[in-house]
This record gives sequence, C-alpha cells and structure tokens, in this order.
Amino acid sequence: MSDVPHGHHPALKHHFEDLGQQHEASTLGMWVFLTTEIMFFGPLFFAYALYRSEYAEAFAEASHHQNWKLGVTNTAVLIFSSLTVAMSVYFAQKNRRKALVVALALTLVLGIAFLGIKAIEYHEHFEEGLFPGSHFTYQSPLAPRVQMFFVLYFVMTGLHAVHMIVGIGIFTWLLIRARRGEFSLEYYGPVEVSGLYWHFVDIVWIFLFPLLYLVGRH
Amino acid sequence: MIDDFPLFPESASTVSGSVDALYFFLIAVCGAVSLAVVVLIIFFAIKYRRTASNQIPEHYEEHKALEIGWIIAPLFPMMIMFLWGAKVYFTIARPPDNALEVYATGRQWMWKFQHVGGQSEINELHVPVNRAVKVIAASEDVIHDFYVPAFRVKTDVLPNRYSTTWFQATKIGRYHLFCAEYCGTQHSGMIGWVTVMEPAAYQQWLAGGVNEGSPAAIGKSLFEKYACNTCHNAQSGARGPALDGAFGKPVSLRGGAVVRRDENYLRESILNPQAKIVEGYEPIMPTFKGQVNEAELIQLISYIKSLGAPVGAGGPATPDKGSGVSAAPGASAQPGSAASPSLPAVQPGVAPGPDGRGAAAGAEPSASGSAVREAKQP
Amino acid sequence: MTTTVIDVPEIPVVEKPNYLNQEYGAVSWLLTQDHKRIGILYLLSVTGMFLLGGFFAVLMRLELVTPAGDLFSSDTYNKLFTLHGLVMIFFFLIPSIPAVLGNFILPIMLGARDLAFPKLNLLSWYLYMIGTAFSLLVVLLGGVDTGWTFYTPFSTSFSNTHVVLMIIGAFVAGFSSILTGFNFIVTIHRMRAPGLTWFRLPLFVWAMYATSIIMLLGTPVIAITLSLVAIERLLHVGIFDPAIGGDPLLFQHLFWFYSHPAVYIMILPAMGVTSEVIAAFTRRRIFGYKFVAFSSLAIAFLGFLVWAHHMFVAGISVYSAMIFSLLSFLVAIPSAVKVFNWTGTLYKGSISYQTPMLFALGFIGLFLIGGMTGLFLATMGLDIHVHDTYFIVAHFHYIMVGGSVMGYFAGIHYWWPKITGRMYAEWWARASAVLIFAGFNLTFFPQFILGYLGMPRRYHAYSPEFQILNVMSSAGASILALGYALPMFYFAWSLKFGKEAGNNPWGAAGLEWQTSSPPPTENFHTTPVVTWEAYEYRPEWSDGNV
Repeated sequence: MSDVPHGHHPALKHHFEDLGQQHEASTLGMWVFLTTEIMFFGPLFFAYALYRSEYAEAFAEASHHQNWKLGVTNTAVLIFSSLTVAMSVYFAQKNRRKALVVALALTLVLGIAFLGIKAIEYHEHFEEGLFPGSHFTYQSPLAPRVQMFFVLYFVMTGLHAVHMIVGIGIFTWLLIRARRGEFSLEYYGPVEVSGLYWHFVDIVWIFLFPLLYLVGRH
Repeated sequence: MIDDFPLFPESASTVSGSVDALYFFLIAVCGAVSLAVVVLIIFFAIKYRRTASNQIPEHYEEHKALEIGWIIAPLFPMMIMFLWGAKVYFTIARPPDNALEVYATGRQWMWKFQHVGGQSEINELHVPVNRAVKVIAASEDVIHDFYVPAFRVKTDVLPNRYSTTWFQATKIGRYHLFCAEYCGTQHSGMIGWVTVMEPAAYQQWLAGGVNEGSPAAIGKSLFEKYACNTCHNAQSGARGPALDGAFGKPVSLRGGAVVRRDENYLRESILNPQAKIVEGYEPIMPTFKGQVNEAELIQLISYIKSLGAPVGAGGPATPDKGSGVSAAPGASAQPGSAASPSLPAVQPGVAPGPDGRGAAAGAEPSASGSAVREAKQP
Repeated sequence: MTTTVIDVPEIPVVEKPNYLNQEYGAVSWLLTQDHKRIGILYLLSVTGMFLLGGFFAVLMRLELVTPAGDLFSSDTYNKLFTLHGLVMIFFFLIPSIPAVLGNFILPIMLGARDLAFPKLNLLSWYLYMIGTAFSLLVVLLGGVDTGWTFYTPFSTSFSNTHVVLMIIGAFVAGFSSILTGFNFIVTIHRMRAPGLTWFRLPLFVWAMYATSIIMLLGTPVIAITLSLVAIERLLHVGIFDPAIGGDPLLFQHLFWFYSHPAVYIMILPAMGVTSEVIAAFTRRRIFGYKFVAFSSLAIAFLGFLVWAHHMFVAGISVYSAMIFSLLSFLVAIPSAVKVFNWTGTLYKGSISYQTPMLFALGFIGLFLIGGMTGLFLATMGLDIHVHDTYFIVAHFHYIMVGGSVMGYFAGIHYWWPKITGRMYAEWWARASAVLIFAGFNLTFFPQFILGYLGMPRRYHAYSPEFQILNVMSSAGASILALGYALPMFYFAWSLKFGKEAGNNPWGAAGLEWQTSSPPPTENFHTTPVVTWEAYEYRPEWSDGNV
C-alpha cells in the first residue's frame, strides 16, 4: 500500500481524514499529556509544601546552601531557550528552514547548558556533604530536616532533569527532520507540540527555582 | 458446634450498642432499597420479556421529574447515616476526662501494656468493668492497629506518635484483641485478650503479678538520670520551661503558634527538641533520640503528667489519673502499693454517663497541638 | 435404474477480508498498529494475568479452610495476598475493559478507522507486557509481601522482599494505562464520524471518556508515590522516613489519592458495558440517557474528592473525616442514578435473556450490594469497627468481581461475535453465568458476616469460631473458579466450530453492528454519516437470531 502514489501530504497518517484533523489531534494530545505531567510533579510540590510549613526554619537554612547564582543563570538559560523554541515554531510556519535549524540548534545548546550547570551544582552539594543518605555529613541542630529538604531538592530537580534530557532527545530528532526540510506551513505540528512540552518543562523550573533557592532570602 | 458458629459479635462496651444500632439502621434502609430494586427488576424482567422475535417496544418519553426525584430522595437517609455516623465517631474519638489510662506499645509482633500503677502485661489487657479506659498507643516499628471487636473500637498505632482510643467495658468477659493493620510476617499472630473484671477482682489483679513500678515513679528517676531537672526547674533564669502543671495546657511557641502540651508534644520535645521552642527560651535542648527508648518515653511522660497541680484543685484522691490535675508530685503510686490507686467504680460527682463521658463535658478530641482543653472541675 | 453422478466443481468459499485474515504471522501481530489486533493482544495477556491472580486466590482460600496457618508459611501467605491484589488490580482489572474492549470497539463505535495514536496504542501494550514481565520476575524471585497498598514504613524500611522490582512493574504498567486513556480522550474529541454529536454517542463511550480522565489525572500520582518508596528503599532515606521528619500518613494520602479513583477506573467501564447490553437486549434507548451520561462524569469528578475515607482510623482529624464521609455519600448518588435508569429501561422493554444480558443483570444486583455496603463504610462510626476486616474485603470484591468482572464478561460475550465472527455455545455460556453468580455470592457474602464479627483482613491464621464461614467462602470459591474456567473452553471451541455470526447477531443499535463480523481492517468501507440518535432501534437491523 505504501508504494501506491499518494495524493496527499507524506506526513498524513492514514487513519486521519486530513492534515487538519491530524494536527488538532496531536495538539490536543500534547495538552492532555501535559496535564498528566502536572499530576506527576504535583505530589512532589505537595510534599514540599507540607514539610516546608512544618519545618520552616530547617528549610530556610537548607535553602541558604543553594548556589543561587547558578540557579539564576539556569533560570535565564531556560527562559531564553523558550524564546528560541517559540521562534522555531514561527520559522517552521514561515517555511524558513535555515532559521528553523538555527533556532532548534540554539535550543539544544541551551538545554545542554542547563544540564551542565545542574551537574556542577549537584557536584558542589556532594562535596559539601549535602547529598542525602550515607553521604550526608552536614552538621547542625536542624540537620535531619535539612536532609529532608535535600531529598526533595534532588528528587524534584532530578525528575526535572530527566524531562530535560527527554526534551533534548526530542529536539535533536526535530533538528534532523528540520534539516531534511520536513516542516512547512502545511505541516509544523511536531515543532509546535514539542515546543509545548519544552515550555512546560520550563514552567516547572520557574516554580522549582524560588521554592528551592530563595527560601528565607531577602 | 453451633456454639462455635457466632454470626454476630458480642456487645461489650458502652458504644457497641450505638454502633450496632447504626448498623441495623443501614441494613434496614439499604436492604429495603436493594430489595425494592431487585424485586422491580425481576418483575419487569418477567413482565416485559420478549414475546416475538420482531417485537419492538413502545417508545416513552423520559421522565425528568423522576430523575430529579431519585437523586434528591436518597439524600435524606444518607444524611441521617452521615450525621449519626459522625456522632458515634465523635464519641469514640473523645475519651472522657476521668478515663483510666493505659499505655500500649505495639511492635512486631506483640502488644505491651503499661498500667499507671506499674503493672505491665504482654498481649493481655486487664481492665475493670464500667470504667472508661483510655489507651495511649505508639508503635516501635511499623504501623499496627489496636482493635477490640467486642468494644467496636479501633485505632491505627503509628511509629513516632501517640494515638488514643477509649472504651468503657460493660460486660465481664474475655474479648479478642487483634492487630488490624498489616505489619509483616506475624501480623495474624499479633493478637491477645482484653479481660474485663469486677472492680474487686481487678484490684486483686493489680496487687499481684508483674509490677515494674509505676511509670511516673520511674520517670522521676529518669528525669534526674538524664539531668532534665538541670534546665527544667522552677528557678528563675532556668534554661528550660518549668514543667509543673504543664501537661494539657497551651503554650506559646517562638514564631507565634500556640500548641497544647499533650503526649505527642512531650514526646517530640524529648526526641526532636528543635521542632517546637517555647517563647522566651533558646533552642539549646539536646536530643535524646537513641538514648531514650519507648518504655522510658512512657515513663518520662507519665512523670511529667503527674507534676504540679494548681494549688487548691483538690479532687478525688486517685493520683493515677493522667488528666494533669490533682496529683502532687511524687504522690503517684509507689511501686507495688496496691492501695493507693484505688478506683471506685463511680467518681463522686463525676458519674460516667451512658456513653462513659464524665460530667466534665466538652473535652476536645485529644490531638497534638489542638485546641485548648477545658480545666476539669472535681 | 442408474444414478448419474454429476461432477460439480467445488466453488471455493472466499472469506471476506477482515482484520484477522489480512495479514498472517507473528510479526504482523507484534508490530500491528490496528486497534483491533492490539485489543486481541491485550485479551490474551490480560487473561493470563487473570489466571495468575486467580491462582493466588485459590491458594489463599485453600489455606483459609482451617483456622491454623498450616498450608503455607506466614511469609508465603503474605506474599499471596499481596500478589493477588497487585496482579488483579494493576494487571487485570484496570486494563481489562478499556484495553481489551475499549481498544477494539471504541473506534468502531465512533465511526473512525483507528484510535488517534495507533503507535502509542501498540506502545501501551508493550509497556503492559514489560510491567507483566517485572511482576512475573518478582513472583519467580520469591514475591513481595507489603500488601498491594505498600504502606510505609513497612514497605520502605522493613520488608525484605522485591519491593523495588514490583514497583517498577506497576510504574510501567501505569504508563500503559495513561497512554490508553490519553488515546481515548483525543479520539473521542477529534475523530467522531460526521453527525455523531456528543449526545448521540453510545453510553459506553461516555463511560470510557470518564474513565480516561481518571486514568490521566490519577495514575501519575501513584507513579510518583511508588517511585518515592523505591527511592527510599534504594537510598535508605526518603520523604516518608521518620528519622528526617517524614510522615507515614503522607504516603497514605498520596497513595489513596490515586487508588480511590482507581476503583472508579475499574467500575465505570463495566457500567458502560451494562448500558450497552441492557439497551441491546431490551431493544430500547437507555432511560434517562443524559443523566446516565453525566453520571459517569460526576463519578469521575467526585471520585477524586473522597480518598481519605480509607483513613478514618489512621489518625486524621475528626473534622476532615467528616468532610470525606459526606463526600463519600455524595459519590454514591450518580451510581444510584445509573441503577435506577437501567431498571427504568426494562420497563416496557422487549427483554431477551442471552448470556450478555444475564451477566449485565447479575452486574446490577451484585453492584447494588457492593455499592450499598460502601455506604456502611462511609458511615464514620461504623467504619471504625469494620475497617481492615473482612467486611471491607467483601465490599470491594462485590464491586470488583461482582461488578467489574461481570461487566467484563458481559462485554466479552456481547462483542465476541463482532471480534471473532463466531457465536459461542449459548447454553454453556448461560451455565457459566449462573455458576459465577452463585459461586460469587457463596464466596463473598459470608465475608460480610466475618467482617462484622471482627475477623481482620490479611490474616494467615484466624480464631476458630470463624471457621465455618471461611469454609463456606472457600467452597464458593471453587464454584466460582469452575464458572470462570468454562468460558476458556467454549470460547476456544467457538473459534473453530462456532456458528458464523452475521453483522448484527443481537439486532442491536450502534455503529459497530453496521460493519461485518469480524470487521475489515479499516473498520468501515466508507466513513459512516450518523443521522440517528443513540439506541434508535430499527427492525431491519435484526439478523433474526434473537
């Protein structure tokens, strides 16, 4: 069946009537998926809120051990990457293949930079004896609750980092397809829905940053 | 053999009657509705069975009023069930002030009970009939559950905190005690018996048997052993808050919150003193986690509960009551003395009502840091 | 007189092309994107897991014939009930109707050629199989003994069994169910045939829509919660760890936030099937169509608000207990609405009693009892006495087995001719329905009595006065097992020897009956255009089989 000449766009999947229906389905699909992601991160934010209200002093103390400069940098990196993502959707719609490729490549670079900075931070925490478990050597009267903060910190930012890695994978694949000229005004759905995903991961970070880095700071 | 085939549990507490009445009400209402629906279904199923292979049923309009009707109608019996159920729940959740206290420790896979007179038992709990008994329980490991079916009461027993439940037994006898929260290998073996005795028999039982010394008395020596009194004393400039008469009373913390100093507060303050600091004091108390075990916690808490009455409170000379009133320091039962924890079945002026609650009504459910409890009048 | 022999050439019978004969070979099945083949793949794997979970149940009921724990060690028994619960809930009940019947029938009911995301559909099956593989690995390595509820700190710090491996299995299976739900939602929104408005949809679609919402919103919560348990086991520190201020009640809240709505994932599809079957076998539109449709959404919404009724004795405040109790009463109302409307549908209908109808009527009766006993549990003062006893076990089995499994069987029997093109042996099927109904009641009704007597659940050994009721229950289980075994045989037999089914052997309304049995791969040769209301019965649709 696939060698029969098609009278339609090569990207149209056969169970859809037309590209319009396909586009609507994939966009709705991504929004629905992002709702599940909210429910995935949600319990962690809930646990954070619960323990922060109970152990406010310990959480403030723990947060002061965060490298806020790196945190701010990472926030800026991600916000800027959301800009390049939005631009790539625009360029895809405008059939500007070269600009699209550049925008996607920039997004990738920024995403990787984010992970690199995160790795540096994790390393610092490890060196300072703040990694939960047998490596936790931090001393203070509030040490047990400080450890709780860092459990939440590593789980939440770790989960976020996993999502970043998946995002980088998706955008690599998009870059390859973009270079092949697969996207146009007629068909830019994958760029748009991948962009939605990236924006979501960015927004999660925008919530994580103040909660984890700026507790009790003036 | 039929003896060994019960279909309904014994009813042996002041609250079991209410629970059973509620149960029968639900059976009646739900049974009636279910029966009506089933009868209707069977009736329709027979009356409207297909009579010819090409039979087409007549069309009829849907009935919005009927729909609204059968949405609204069930709400009435449901509200009765809800309110009645809540009422029974409140009763079980609020031990009366004059309840006899027993400390329970659950651990894989046994129950230990500590009476305030010093008697302790394993997997057995002896209580007097017609007397409110409050069980204050904690676990040493995983979550357990203290369940006496004949009394219709149950509470999960958690690590690192105290849960309470209470009952007033109304019938002499021996009743099953089951752990009702899965806790590992011998969960079904973590069982025992609650023995309800006549007051005289109970006194006799208290006098004989294993007596480690009253928890409060042992607690007093621990208080000195761990040097608690070097900071927690009544001298001016003391490093820690004075504890005389502290139990059960609210206190202001640094940061503004007000909490009630109940068993959970005392426990937390010993194991994790930095969690709640009393206003006007510094966070310098060291933690005793790892040094003080469950039994010692019970003893220290018993001692602190027995401390300091407001002057002139008087009251029944039953120093084993842990309500924070009346017993002067050191007046707790001495080890082995059977006479002092005398327990008349009925307190003067504090006759337990049908649901076991004393005349001093209005006690809030005991929960850590909750609203202020009313001072009890003798 | 001589007889003349005339040589008549045999006219080869050409089987119409359908999704089964279009392509043969293992690869064509394992790499299929056809929702119908994926439904069959699920049917086979889900049946396997049902048998495994059932096997554990049989062993448990054998042990419980005597009060002493004399058949298995305590640890083994604890693993049996844990694995029974995990396998039945995550690997049978949750996927059953959605992934088998939903996958197969939903697109056809909508007049679509497939689900919105066929590749993700196939991925969901593979994720399910990976989850199954982990579970089987856990069984082979010695099992897990935390109870399907994984309460901390037992699961995080005390159990010595393969908790992390099991969590991985459940986690992966959870993503399988998220993908299924997500596929259904998008398909229902975007791929309905022309003219098929929301209020012309079959009620099965409404039920699947509501189920999918719960799957999407709830499953990620259990996924992250179990992940946190796994992290705590691996790193020996975590957010439930009391040593650093962790709260075991936090686990319970997070766990039940999913696991209560999960029970609605398990019952809503069965309610959807019941609506279809009742409509088909009374030949009329379900009474109160809109009310039944909205009741599915109401159940999904309210179902998220009641979780802490599992925690009335756990240490929550009396005031929050009251709120959860009140909401738990309210969530019963939409279910009652359905039962009343099904009953109303029978009124002045034209009722016939083929097997699907027997299962559907059985569903209503058993769900009624199960649901009513839910009211007993919502009643706070009563719940204290029966929580964690066999009363609870009876309640949820009435709903899960008397409800969901009966609904599943109703659906399988109803759509079997469509799926396979064959009819099964009707009288054997009716016998199995009756056996299941009788065996079920004998197994589980005594457990209500046991529970009120005070017999706790998850007990390996029990007090001797509980024995007679336990023996009754185990006897019932053997009848139930026989009832469940029969379909294996007559369904298998039907594949080869069953009478060929026409397009519409039941004479039912619904787009799925407008296409051939089995359907062609693309479901419809031309996209249907819908101009009629749901369940608008027309005499010409009957094939005369009824």
